[in-house]
Amino acid sequence: MLLKINPDIAERIRAHGAEGYPHEICGALLGRGSGDEREILTIFPLANQRDDSPRNRFAISAEDVLRAEAAAREQKLDLVGWYHSHPDHPARPSAFDREHAWPWYSYVILRVAEREPREMTSWRLRDDRSGYEEEAVEIAVRAAQ
Amino acid sequence: MSVKVLIPTPLRPYAGKRENVELTAATVGEALDSLTAQHAELRRHLYADDGRLRSFVNVYVNDDDIRFLQKEKTPLRDGDTISIVPSIAGGAR
Repeated sequence: MLLKINPDIAERIRAHGAEGYPHEICGALLGRGSGDEREILTIFPLANQRDDSPRNRFAISAEDVLRAEAAAREQKLDLVGWYHSHPDHPARPSAFDREHAWPWYSYVILRVAEREPREMTSWRLRDDRSGYEEEAVEIAVRAAQ
Repeated sequence: MSVKVLIPTPLRPYAGKRENVELTAATVGEALDSLTAQHAELRRHLYADDGRLRSFVNVYVNDDDIRFLQKEKTPLRDGDTISIVPSIAGGAR
């Protein structure tokens, strides 16, 4: 599985992660693709609704999910996943992430260490919810269409 | 009552790739039972091990969240649309 991200978009995710530090930040990934290969063409940053524990939790309300879906439709794109940051924590999904994950979506995790954005990984929940498959992240300029 | 259930994108692979499923049910709970009887793989994504709807699974009848109605006992009328809307959550630890 492969997730392609345009360098400008990757930079926006990194900047969002640095800006929100030490809190977790989150947003929607809009793009195209089917099956094993997806391309992220833009993001839709959203507010982390977890006011009680924003350093190690994030939440996106159903209303914000519907707003992100509408934004995708307007741009003739699909809502293919979500990104969030792990401040001062590895870019790997936690047990808490897995309990709350949906299948099919790509979940991008950005590690932010002392306000510095570091590596970005992407994960898809297995059908049986037993864990994740990591998908390769390729940050590259979009091929001409 | 004849109703339509809208399936969110991440669950369509478990519902025969369909965007919606039409079925007959008197309550939301019955509709979800009928849906998961037809498409058994949906069940683990909608319900936790204790048999309750997962906290990040939101169900609306037309525009109303069933948490503010009668939850799964919410009665249905002919032509109602049930939407399953994800909310997203996670965190580092």
